Amino acid sequence: MTVSGVNLDLTRVRPYGDTLDDGWVQMSFTLPVPCGPEATRAAELLCEKMGLDDVRVVYSHDIAGSFTFFVVYGKCVHSVDFTATKVPKVNMKHMTFDEINEFIERRIGRKIVVVAACTGTDAHTVGIDAIINMKGYAGEYGLERYPWFVAYNLGSQVPNEVLVAKAIEVGADAILVSQVVTQKNIHIDNLTNLAELVEAEGIRDKVLLIMGGPRITHELAVELGYDAGFGPGTLPSHVGAFIAQELARRMAVFAPPDEA
Amino acid sequence: MSRINLDMSLVERARRAARHIADGIEPEIAANTTTTIERTVLRLLGLNGVDEDGVPLPNVIVERAQAAGLLGDGIAYWIGSAMVHEGQSASEVAKRIARGDLRLEDIHPADEKAVREAVEAEAVRMCAYIRGRRLERERLIEELDTAEPPYIYVIVATGNIYEDVTQAKAAAKCGADIIAVIRSTAQSLLDYVPYGPTTEGYGGTYATQANFRIMRQALDEVSRECGRYIRLVNYCSGLCMPEIAAMGAMERLDMMLNDAMYGILFRDINMRRTFIDQRFSRMINAYAGVVINTGEDNYLTTADAYEHAHTVLASQFINEELALRSGLRPEQIGLGHAFQMNPDMTDGFLYELAQAEMARAIFPDAPLKYMPPTKYMTGNIFKGHLMDAMFNLAGIISGQTIQLVGVLTEHIHTPFLQDRYLAIENARYVMNNARHLGCEISYRAGGKMEERANEVLTRATAMLEQVAEIGLMSAISQGMFAGVKRDPRGGRGLDGVVRKRDGYYNPFAALLMKELSSPGFAPKLWHARAQVQSHARAQARAQAQAAAEGGCRG
Repeated sequence: MTVSGVNLDLTRVRPYGDTLDDGWVQMSFTLPVPCGPEATRAAELLCEKMGLDDVRVVYSHDIAGSFTFFVVYGKCVHSVDFTATKVPKVNMKHMTFDEINEFIERRIGRKIVVVAACTGTDAHTVGIDAIINMKGYAGEYGLERYPWFVAYNLGSQVPNEVLVAKAIEVGADAILVSQVVTQKNIHIDNLTNLAELVEAEGIRDKVLLIMGGPRITHELAVELGYDAGFGPGTLPSHVGAFIAQELARRMAVFAPPDEA
Repeated sequence: MSRINLDMSLVERARRAARHIADGIEPEIAANTTTTIERTVLRLLGLNGVDEDGVPLPNVIVERAQAAGLLGDGIAYWIGSAMVHEGQSASEVAKRIARGDLRLEDIHPADEKAVREAVEAEAVRMCAYIRGRRLERERLIEELDTAEPPYIYVIVATGNIYEDVTQAKAAAKCGADIIAVIRSTAQSLLDYVPYGPTTEGYGGTYATQANFRIMRQALDEVSRECGRYIRLVNYCSGLCMPEIAAMGAMERLDMMLNDAMYGILFRDINMRRTFIDQRFSRMINAYAGVVINTGEDNYLTTADAYEHAHTVLASQFINEELALRSGLRPEQIGLGHAFQMNPDMTDGFLYELAQAEMARAIFPDAPLKYMPPTKYMTGNIFKGHLMDAMFNLAGIISGQTIQLVGVLTEHIHTPFLQDRYLAIENARYVMNNARHLGCEISYRAGGKMEERANEVLTRATAMLEQVAEIGLMSAISQGMFAGVKRDPRGGRGLDGVVRKRDGYYNPFAALLMKELSSPGFAPKLWHARAQVQSHARAQARAQAQAAAEGGCRG
């Protein structure tokens, strides 16, 4: 791989400003000290500790007499080995609305039942509505509209217990939990609690446990014992395709050999 | 003046439909009270505090009264009877009832006239206290209020009231005119109001009377320091609408989020409960000289802002009518709307501006609350900052009153100190730089913008007439608002709706309404120059109406 006619060393990648390997980054932050030359020096020193060389505080401004806002440029001295980066990803193939329905009809042979909610104290239904409700999101229909999905959207501020009880009641194949409020990591406690409940009710191996939200990653999902995590920009078809394919995979594993 | 040519006969039709819609739920409101209304009566009679388990005393008493089947008489009737028999004040007998020293069931009904005399003497004192707080605001406005609309409105939401104070003061010093303390995410569904100062909350800070007082005091200090009156906002919504209205009235809050349908649609609160609660809560707001902010912007967080613009307008007409019936003056009704169209849309800004001008022309006296882009904020803070600038430009051109300034980190985190500084800087830059641009603009007759505004108005009018025909409760059941269907028997809080019996007694409803219905009741909400602008808008409305009657369009 070459950039600007120079061979790029993927084992030592640094930020690109206007010349390969110059390391330039831009940053802004606030220090709780009054604006002035001492504040600027403090900002420079802090940036040096963060691994920046040639630090330039290009803008500083007083906020309310006791804080200072900075815009800073500096050259990052660190590099990363791009060839060694590994990111867990949801294992699935993208499919369209029609492909998903056809896949379920052919491979599962029955409707897939999904229960979904935004649980805990979180009052935001935006995420779960986008994935589940008829009207969907960004021009894509939600799972309610899929003939081969039966979707229950319990809404927001649902106790985890209610979500799990509903999953048992309707024999859900998948539980979807949305978390939007992440202040003070409240979502971690809530998601952990849900995973424990599902385990305690003895249905963990019967359901796919899926989380979603603007601050959710698949990595976090795996860490907390979920089957998948979907972040910002997720469309209903992403979630639908994953559920269909993963269920088919599991059915294949557990199916008698001659049907596999 | 109104710069966009609207078919004013449609506006008349829409208002007529809104009146029919409000008439339809009026019997429901008149026939019932709720647990939170009765708790409000206790609070206004001076009861505050919690029991040893942390349960607010108004809840303790109202729960017992409801269990004993006494609530239909109005809690004031039983408190008054006890006052007559025991010769004690309302708060003294209430405290004894809460402690269990005096059983509600053991109180003998006293002579109705004596009850009313006893209770009313105390109720009149509370009304005078609230009036005093209103006059205190009016004096501060005289002395300190210098800001020009659009007023810059920012939020604080740390969860800790003392941290909120730091952030609010910093924001005021950066140029914010209005500070809203966002509530903790679950509070709307609590059927009680938490007590005391709080330092833990999620996505916001609990609305408590102590927190109100702490923030009011801090903002009064910073108002003096900055030489500008800084307004305080909280949420009069959820299951405790009237109680929070009462707390806000006592602590001189200036604005309250208060919507007649938001709780039903977005929090699944029972619709009967909400309609009954909103009336009394708005009467208190009106009397306290509070400006309410309605929540129509929320319709556009899930629905498409272009396709569903008419639902915002339809809801504004309904909110306006219900607010007027609660005694609010048009100048107190801060109808909400939002700048939420997809930024990729060609001419999207024209449509946004057309709708903002339309709202301004239809509600000339309303302190319109304009909400910033949130739906298409992506984490690209640079583009987001630019979208916020476009929103600020639409706000200054169309003469919005309350501009909730957008923050570049929307959808990333609750605003950092610096995010708010940048947001305010953005708003001040745009609004100063384009201060009188709106006065120089007239829109092309038959152009895209005029066409768009009239299209939205036409669709809203049709929707309102349909709602008027089937009734508001059926319309909500069918999902006509925000695409959300709610059952009149479903949702939270229906168990708190209680049928009034003959002789039901709520001293405050009558006292407040008496003053509110006097034509002389006109709380001073803004400084003279802003009020003059409002008069100018009223004149513009008269002109527009004259033009409509003269046969201009249809």
